[in-house]
Amino acid sequence: MRFNRTLVAAGFAAALVIPAAAADISGAGATFPYPVYAKWADAYKKETGIGLNYQSIGSGGGIKQIRAKTVTFGATDAPLSGKDLEADGLVQFPMVMGGIVPVLNIDGVKPGELVLDGPTLAKIFLGDIKTWDDAAIKALNPNAKLPSQAIAIVHRSDGSGTTYNFTYYLAQVSDTWKAKVGANTAVQWPAGIGAKGNEGVANNVAQTKGSIGYVEYAYAKQNKLTYANMINKAGKTVSPTAASFQAAAANADWNSQPGYGVILANQPGDTSWPMTAATWILVHKKPQDPAATAEVLKFFAWSYAKGAKMADELDYVPMPSNVVADVQKTWTREIKDASGNPLFTASN
Amino acid sequence: MSEFALQAGGVSRFRPMSRQEALGRLRLGDLVFRGLTRAAALAVLGVLGAVIIALMVGAWPALREFGFGFLIDETWNPVTERFGAIAPIYGTLVTSLIAMVIAVPVGLMIAMFLTELCPMWLRRPIGIAIELLAGIPSIIYGIWGLFVLAPFLQQTLQPALIALFGPVPLLNTVFAGPPYGIGVLTAGLILAIMVLPFITSIARDVFEAVPPVLKEAAYGLGCTTWEVVRYVVLPYARVGVIGGVMLGLGRALGETMAVTFVIGNAHRISGSILAPGTTISATIANEFTEAVGDLYTSALIALGLILFVITLIVLSIARYLLLQLERRAGV
Repeated sequence: MRFNRTLVAAGFAAALVIPAAAADISGAGATFPYPVYAKWADAYKKETGIGLNYQSIGSGGGIKQIRAKTVTFGATDAPLSGKDLEADGLVQFPMVMGGIVPVLNIDGVKPGELVLDGPTLAKIFLGDIKTWDDAAIKALNPNAKLPSQAIAIVHRSDGSGTTYNFTYYLAQVSDTWKAKVGANTAVQWPAGIGAKGNEGVANNVAQTKGSIGYVEYAYAKQNKLTYANMINKAGKTVSPTAASFQAAAANADWNSQPGYGVILANQPGDTSWPMTAATWILVHKKPQDPAATAEVLKFFAWSYAKGAKMADELDYVPMPSNVVADVQKTWTREIKDASGNPLFTASN
Repeated sequence: MSEFALQAGGVSRFRPMSRQEALGRLRLGDLVFRGLTRAAALAVLGVLGAVIIALMVGAWPALREFGFGFLIDETWNPVTERFGAIAPIYGTLVTSLIAMVIAVPVGLMIAMFLTELCPMWLRRPIGIAIELLAGIPSIIYGIWGLFVLAPFLQQTLQPALIALFGPVPLLNTVFAGPPYGIGVLTAGLILAIMVLPFITSIARDVFEAVPPVLKEAAYGLGCTTWEVVRYVVLPYARVGVIGGVMLGLGRALGETMAVTFVIGNAHRISGSILAPGTTISATIANEFTEAVGDLYTSALIALGLILFVITLIVLSIARYLLLQLERRAGV
């Protein structure tokens, strides 16, 4: 993320100058799933000899590039609406899931010791709760020793799918947040400091005493940050684990939204982590280069089938098999070449 | 032997040439040279013009939508697509101001020390150190600022400032807490370090260009070192010094990466310089990649146009100042 500008420049240069090599799959977009896509691509290349050229330039960039048809697939953390998909002739499907966790830095507080609920989290990020010993936080943590330290809020300064999912959750649980801030890849933050990328937020939280931020779970784990447990929709306290992310996904009704655009925030279920997020792939329904799109679908079909373990190792959550079967039916039904033949059939 | 043969061969290739022919050849060379240099100079104008046009075309949708209000609105809301530029403009100007307030006196003092007071053996090490400072990439300053300077400031300087000015009206707003470590002041400090080498090395060069006879005459009259610097060196070198300061200011206004790391990237104007803010270039660097929608992108390009205009104004003021100084001095 930190080198995004260079990446964009390189990406544009590559997109403009060199037409994608015939054998390689080209895609661009979200940075959040980039590590797992890269890992899949590596394994896929060893097996088939077909490589993946993925530019992790951000969800917004991915959407722009697939619209401009400079890449064969786009990747986004914020799903497009049914109307947008229709207008651009795109098919959208979820590829992998992960969790977003609140991370904090208070002397003497260990990972998972602090418990927060949605409305309190929203009040903190609205700047309404200013110190750690506020009554609302104390009420949720009667036994914790909380300092009267000022809360330093750390949020993303760049547009981000992580921000989209986080603000979407806050808007779900707090009417004030919904009215004053809303949900988007970038919002007008009422308070706090901005840092670039998940790693930027992680670093700032690690550096700043009394801070709170939000990052993808993998970043909290790698940087050994203190995460908070959350009280979910069912009123139960949950920890961020692959199991609680999976629980949230299991309870989702994927067909309720066009393009499987279900935001996994605030899902029902006793063990559901409230800030779970999916990431999506975009391809054209009637691609200019059907052969390239067929290769893309082959790659993702392989990833659905064989990538689960690799995703797990990187703290991502693979899609449930019923969703995969459904997605592949959608491919066969909707993605066709010029003469109307489907580019994907479940048998291959 | 072979050399001689070659020479002889070379000579034999010359044939007598009429004066006119010789002049004609020279003229052709002149024409080609003039054409090339002129093309190079015009290319700069062409590129500049193209940049201005591209910025204006890109900024137009945002300027049409928000009008003059774009310049004075503090809102920066990608959700409702309402954008105003005053917070980044303010941040850009204030961080640059802090940088100049620190770097100009320090830079000039270093240059004075190096040229007037420093023992010979120490001049080269200090001079090289200053030049190395200019060679450090800005991202290194950013990382250093975030990992070393910001935590240090959060635990030492900032609480001290808050405590010191707490009872003083006005100043307690300028230094209001809480101490985040990063913020407008930290960005200004990093910028000061970054522009210091520009100011110092140019000031040193122009101070060294002061004719020794002037200084010796002043010393001969019984002037102290301070008086020589104040009444002989500085007046003689002022144009160059201002040039160096402006070069530093130009860098401070446009610096992106280091500032992005330590300013806090918050679209708000705060009375406190300890609070997070943002600058024009930091905003563009942060948000351009993920700016979805024409209006958002256009607002960011409009910010670029504003930075361009600010730089133009600063340069014009510098030119005007120089002109005034020269007129007053009767040069």
